Amino acid sequence: MNLRLLAVLIVGPIAAQITPDRLLHPEREPGNWLTYSGNYQGHRYSPLDQINTTNVARLKPVWVYQINDTNQFETSPLVVDGILYISEPPSNATALDARTGRPLWMYRRPVPPDVRVCCGQVNRGLAISGDTLYLGTVDAHLIALDARTGHVRWDIVVADYTTGHSITAAPLVVKDKVIVGISGGEYGIRGFLDAYDGETGKRAWRFWTVPGPGDPGHETWAGGSWKTGSAPTWVTGSYDPELNLLFWGTGNPGPDYNGAPREGDNLFANSLLAIDPNTGKLRWHFQFTPHDVHDWDANHVPVLAEATVRGKSRKVVAVANRNGFYYLLDRATGEFLLGTPFARQTWAKGLDDRGRPILLEGKSPSPEGTMVYPGLHGGTNWFSPSYSPQTGLFYVAAREEATSFYLGVPEYYPGNFFSAGGFRGIAGMEPSGAIRALDLATGKQAWEFSLHSPPWAGLLSTAGGLVFGGTNEGHFFALNAVTGKPLWRFPTGGPVQSNPMSFLSHGKQLVAVAAGHALFVFGE
Amino acid sequence: MRTLAIFLGVILTCAAQAQPDLDAGRKLFQAHCTVCHGPQGDGGKGTNLAQPRLPRAADDQTLARIITLGIPGTEMPLTRMTPQQLANVIAYVRSLGAVPAEPLNGNAVRGEQVYRGKGNCAQCHALDGRGGTLGPELTDIGLRRSPGYLRESLTDPEAAIPDSFTSYKKVTLLPDNFLQVRIITADGRHFSGARVNEDAFSIQVRDAAGHIESFFKEELQALHKDWGKSPMPSYRGLLAPAELEDVVAYLASLRGYR
Repeated sequence: MNLRLLAVLIVGPIAAQITPDRLLHPEREPGNWLTYSGNYQGHRYSPLDQINTTNVARLKPVWVYQINDTNQFETSPLVVDGILYISEPPSNATALDARTGRPLWMYRRPVPPDVRVCCGQVNRGLAISGDTLYLGTVDAHLIALDARTGHVRWDIVVADYTTGHSITAAPLVVKDKVIVGISGGEYGIRGFLDAYDGETGKRAWRFWTVPGPGDPGHETWAGGSWKTGSAPTWVTGSYDPELNLLFWGTGNPGPDYNGAPREGDNLFANSLLAIDPNTGKLRWHFQFTPHDVHDWDANHVPVLAEATVRGKSRKVVAVANRNGFYYLLDRATGEFLLGTPFARQTWAKGLDDRGRPILLEGKSPSPEGTMVYPGLHGGTNWFSPSYSPQTGLFYVAAREEATSFYLGVPEYYPGNFFSAGGFRGIAGMEPSGAIRALDLATGKQAWEFSLHSPPWAGLLSTAGGLVFGGTNEGHFFALNAVTGKPLWRFPTGGPVQSNPMSFLSHGKQLVAVAAGHALFVFGE
Repeated sequence: MRTLAIFLGVILTCAAQAQPDLDAGRKLFQAHCTVCHGPQGDGGKGTNLAQPRLPRAADDQTLARIITLGIPGTEMPLTRMTPQQLANVIAYVRSLGAVPAEPLNGNAVRGEQVYRGKGNCAQCHALDGRGGTLGPELTDIGLRRSPGYLRESLTDPEAAIPDSFTSYKKVTLLPDNFLQVRIITADGRHFSGARVNEDAFSIQVRDAAGHIESFFKEELQALHKDWGKSPMPSYRGLLAPAELEDVVAYLASLRGYR
């Protein structure tokens, strides 16, 4: 046999396959970006250092790809061997040549006119396994696409979209399974986390985030309130291969602002769940905000790291929570290690030694409005934090914004908004934001970089000693990861409401971010 | 799609025939709408509904269609309602922007003369896009503000400065207030005016003469924001009480482009 042909037969197909082993070891191929957060540990950190503190000032756009949809563009691309795979709103996917930005294929999916998504028909990214891409849709389907062409391999219904279910998060592939979170916290859905066989689309397990009768935690819901208890799973989680544990956050209980119909702690809303990906069984849970009435979803990317806490080396999971506190938990057991505010908060005296908030009086929503920091959108939100093993710092885009919380009427009708209240800004108090660097092990702030308004963009840290972030006013910028000093910025002309990432194209480091209705790719 | 169209036709026809119950509409609004439009309907993540003319819903039929179908490409979702509920919530939404009727003591024709003459209002305010730029445009101020509010603004301009800043909106593109700022540049130049826009790295300011200056913050020595301050003088002593009433009557008569 011709040797060259043999090489094609062996190398060609193998190179195109994303094996479980490749997903476990992204550090072996730093030019690619194979999962939503860049690695299973949720770091959103690039080991690339071609772009660094000495040359970042020369960064300029290399190409721009524009989308043709008015919904927010929140994608975080995957990159495999010179091809970017992006999702586009509402539920589309496109493969782009990393060198030029030229589309290689487009998957366009018509969306029913009556989908129900609380906060925009958006999509935050794809997952890949083998040569199959996975896309969740706003009408709550999970679709498997041929990564070579964009053709559909299978299309399954995850949940009924007419009752307020939707999928906006990037799925996460763990071994042979595709883990999928659900949105619908403002529609009184009963939340869950699903796993599907990546090959067939057959459901492997479902974990209900609101326990049914007889299940542990059911007693934390008064009467029949569990049926509309929400606790959605709308942000991609993390995975620890050694412990074989998935870490996934859950959102607010339903209805959002009126807790009267759902007396109790409302497990497993506003929690971090540790789940066995083989079986879907819960190993442990930690609830950040018991009986939440401020819509402080715990839908964040959990950051997994090793840290020395009180003299002892621990495997930890770190979360900067929407409720304004930064938490460190032991990720094998869920033990609370520490919690400290990273953004202004006026609702809790502090946390007790088990991490439960000690509530201040009079902070619940009221008919006349109750002002609380953080506001409804939280001290941070869905966009990703970043952790740099190089600096040991946890970077978070923090929001400083109070809102007035109002009590409304709880009235459930399938498919209608079920918030039972509302919110408004405070006249005379201009909100602001900041990028903050926290010592991962202590939560102590190392530095901050002030922003004009509360951000909606995530962060990327790199081995080049940089932190990349974005502003509502359209700047994409780079900070010195050690000092927080601004080193470079580019006005994209549209709000940055996405997570940046980095990759190699033809040996050259590039940085990508979605802003406005375009994907911007920067290089030297 | 055809079924949806027929269904919608029936809903809209029935809604148009139903007798609205304002109180029931308020309850529905609080249950389904306040989360985005605010408890008083004056905006939040969603648009301000407490205005006399809704840009996307000039008539009730259109408003009913928007509530029933949502607005594709935006965050406005669809909401299922019976025709009666739809009629109730529409009536309530329409009531949000209604300016309370108050008796006017002045004469609008004389008020216009004061506006253009002694009051010198046009130096800072515009009508139909003509006039000054320092203060709010007043073309339809009579629709948006009550006579009582207008009277107070003339005698005590700092009592109600627009300061909602769209703070709770997801994205702040343009400040909707008239924040007065004072700037000292690194080389010692002083500048003051109303903020037109701002981001983390720069600020744009309009001075009293209408000139716009743009600064990068790294070029500044000081940036003072005078929250709650207005460059508008109180007209309490400047105009006679009868003249003030005339100006109020004139402003109340301004109801859009002529």
